[in-house]
Amino acid sequence: MTPKSPAPTAPPARPDRRRWVGWAFVAPFMAVFLLVLVAPVLYSIYLSLFREQLIGGTSFVGLENYGRALVDPKFWDSFGRVLFFLLVQVPIMLLLALAAALAIDSGRLRFAAFFRVSLFLPYAVPAVVATLMWGFIFGTRFGLIGNLNDLLHLELPAPLSHSWILAAIGNIVTWEFIGYNMLIFYSALRVIPGDLYEAAALDGAGQFRVVTDIKLPAIRGAIVIASIFSVIGSFQLFNEPNILKPLAPNAISTYFTPNMYAYNLSFAGQQFNYAAAVAIIMGIATMVIAYVVQLTGSRKEQAR
Amino acid sequence: MIRHSTARRIAGVALAASLLGGLAACAPSSSTDDEGATATQAEIDAALEKGGSLTFWTWAPQATDIVAAFEEAHPNVDVKLENVGTGNDHYTKLQNAIKAGSGAPDVAQIEYFAFPQFALSGALQDLSGFGAESLKDQYTPGTWGSVAINGGIYGLPQDSGPMALFYRQDVFDGLGLDVPKTWDEYLEAARAIHAANPDHYIINDIGDAGFTESMIWQAGGHPYTTDGENVKIDFASDEGTQKWTEVWNTMLAEGLVAPVPAWSDEWFKRLGDGSIASLVIGAWMPGNLENGAPAGAGQWRVAPVPTYDGGAGANSENGGGGDAVISQSKNKPLAYGFLQFLNGPEGAAIHAAGGGFPSTLADLESKEFLGYQSDYFGGQKINDVLVQGSKDVLPGWTFLPFQAYANSIYGDTVGQAYATNGDLNEGLAKWAEGSIAYGNEQGFTASGE
Repeated sequence: MTPKSPAPTAPPARPDRRRWVGWAFVAPFMAVFLLVLVAPVLYSIYLSLFREQLIGGTSFVGLENYGRALVDPKFWDSFGRVLFFLLVQVPIMLLLALAAALAIDSGRLRFAAFFRVSLFLPYAVPAVVATLMWGFIFGTRFGLIGNLNDLLHLELPAPLSHSWILAAIGNIVTWEFIGYNMLIFYSALRVIPGDLYEAAALDGAGQFRVVTDIKLPAIRGAIVIASIFSVIGSFQLFNEPNILKPLAPNAISTYFTPNMYAYNLSFAGQQFNYAAAVAIIMGIATMVIAYVVQLTGSRKEQAR
Repeated sequence: MIRHSTARRIAGVALAASLLGGLAACAPSSSTDDEGATATQAEIDAALEKGGSLTFWTWAPQATDIVAAFEEAHPNVDVKLENVGTGNDHYTKLQNAIKAGSGAPDVAQIEYFAFPQFALSGALQDLSGFGAESLKDQYTPGTWGSVAINGGIYGLPQDSGPMALFYRQDVFDGLGLDVPKTWDEYLEAARAIHAANPDHYIINDIGDAGFTESMIWQAGGHPYTTDGENVKIDFASDEGTQKWTEVWNTMLAEGLVAPVPAWSDEWFKRLGDGSIASLVIGAWMPGNLENGAPAGAGQWRVAPVPTYDGGAGANSENGGGGDAVISQSKNKPLAYGFLQFLNGPEGAAIHAAGGGFPSTLADLESKEFLGYQSDYFGGQKINDVLVQGSKDVLPGWTFLPFQAYANSIYGDTVGQAYATNGDLNEGLAKWAEGSIAYGNEQGFTASGE
C-alpha cells in the first residue's frame, strides 16, 4: 500500500471546456429550439427541392419550385394584396393605438383603467370568434349592416362584397390589435422618468410639446417593435380571410393572401413541395421588410 | 442598443414562426402493400368472429346507430367512430394521414366525386379480391358506377342524391303558376315570382361546384372525359354545358337568383318563409328541410327536375357517397366485413330510417319506402317521385381524377362570374384552364380538346 499521493489540483479549465459547460446549461433550450424551430425550417427547405405528382411519384427538381413561384401570378397577386394591406391598415391601426395610449397616459382621462381594459379586451377574443362575430355584423340581410339599411333606408356598401372585403378584413384586424399595440406604447410611456415632465413644465412646454419632444422620442423603440409585429402580422394574414371565405366565397379566392395560397396548395392540391417553396419565399420577404423597418427606426434614433 | 437587439431577436423568432406556418404534415407517402388484399367470405366471417378493433371516419349522422347494431351482431369487434370534420376538412385529414403513412382509419366515408382521386393515388383498397363484384346488383347503376373505377371496386355505396325539384306550393298557387316541366317554364316562373315581390326569388345560387356539375350532367353534358392518364376538360363545345349556361346566364343577368349561400341561416329562413320558392337539389334534402325550415311545413312539394325539351325524364346525382377500406388498414378482411354490414341491407335500413336516401335497390323499391307519406310535404308520397328520379339519372358521367382540387378553385374562376355578373362560359373556361394546368403538373396528359 503506497500512501496516496495528494490529489492533484484541478488543472486550470481550458477556454473550450468552459465553453462546453456553457452549452450544457443551454442544452434544454437548444434541444427544443433545434427540434421545433430549426428542424421544421430545414425540412421545408428540403421539401421545397422536390416535386411529387399523382402520376410519376417524387423527383428532385432543385430550385424549380422557387423559379415557378417567382413568376406565378397568383403568388404575386396575393403578395401585392398583403403589401397594400400593410401600407394602409398598419399606419391606421398604430396611429389609433398611439392616440389611445397617449390619452390614457395623459392622466386627464376619467376611468383610464376602464378604457385600458376595454381596448385590450378584443385582443383576448380568439381570432376565430372575432371574425365570425364581425362576419355576422357585416351581413347585408340579417346582420347589423342589413338592420341599418332597413332602419335608415340606406344602401350601405356590402362589406363582404368583392370590392370591400379587404377593407372589412382591415376593420377586423384593427379592432383585434389596437389594444395590444396600445399596451406596448402605454407600458413604454410609463417608464419615462417624471423629472423630464417637470423640467418641461419649468421650461414652459405645453402638453403638445411634451408629446412631440419627450413622449414620442422616448417610445420610438416600442413603435419600431409594434411596427415589426404588424408587418409580420400582415404578411401572415390567414385566419380572418380563411374564416370569412364561407360567407364570401366569391370575394375571397384561394390565393387571397400568401399564407392562404400555401395552405390551399398543400391541402386542396397536395402540392406540399411548391407550398413549402412559397412559404420559404414569404419568410424571407417578411424578414427583409421587418429588417428594413427596424433599420429605418433605429437610424432615426441614432440621428437624434 | 438594447431595444435594437431585442427587436432583431423578435424579428428572427417571428420569421421562424412564419416559416413554420407553411409547414404542413409532410412526409413520404406510403407504398401500397398488397398484403391481405384478398379473402374469401369464410375468411372474412372468421375475422369478424375473431374480432379486433377498427377505426371509422365519417360525418354521416346515422353512423352511430349502424355501428351500435354492428357491434351487437359482432360483439368481438370494436369500432371506433370518429368524426374528423365534414367534407373538405375530412378529406384533408385523410389525405394527411395517408401521406404520413400511418394514422389513417381502416374505413372512411368518401363522397362519389372524390372516389377517383383517392382510388387513383392508391389510398383505397381495391375490394375485388374480397368478392365485392357480387354485390353489384344490390345498388343502383349510377352509384355503383361511381365506386367501380378503372376495373377495380374501391368502396361500397351508402347513399345517393338523385336531383329533384322541391317547390313551395303556396307560392306557385298564389301566383297561378304551374309546376314547371321545362327550363323555359322555370325561367318564366322565376320572372313571375321576382316581379310579384322583388325580395322573392325562385332559387338561390352563389356558385357551387357540385350544383354546376349536377346541372351540366342533368342537361346531358359530358365536359370531363378520362381515359387512363388522358384527361379532357371541355365546357365550351359541350352541348349539355351550353344548354345549362344559356338558361342560367339569363337567370343571373335578370337578377332572378337569390345571392344567398346555401346552408346559411338566411337560406333556411327564406326556405321557411317562401322567399326562396324552390330548390333543385339531391333527394337527401327532405330531412334537412324538415329540421332547418320548420316554418315551411305543409307547403313544400316534390316534382321531377325540369328538362330542356319537356320529354322523358333526365336527371343527375347531386352529392352522396359511400365508404371505402383504406390501403393502410392492418386488418382488411375485418374492415371489409364491417363494410358489408355498413353498406349492406342492415346498414342501409338504419341509414334510410335516419333520413338518408338509399342507394340499395331493395330499399328504394320497398313498398314501405315508396308508400311513405310525409306530413311536412302535405302528405305527398315523396319517395315515389325521388325514386323515379334515381331511375332517370343519365349514364356516362365521370368526375375528374382530381375533382377535389378542381372544386376547390371553382370560387376563383366560375365564382368570379357570379360575383361580377359576368358570363358563366368565361368562368367555366377559366375553371377548365386551371384544372388542366393542375392535371398536367400532376403528371396527367390534360387538355381542352
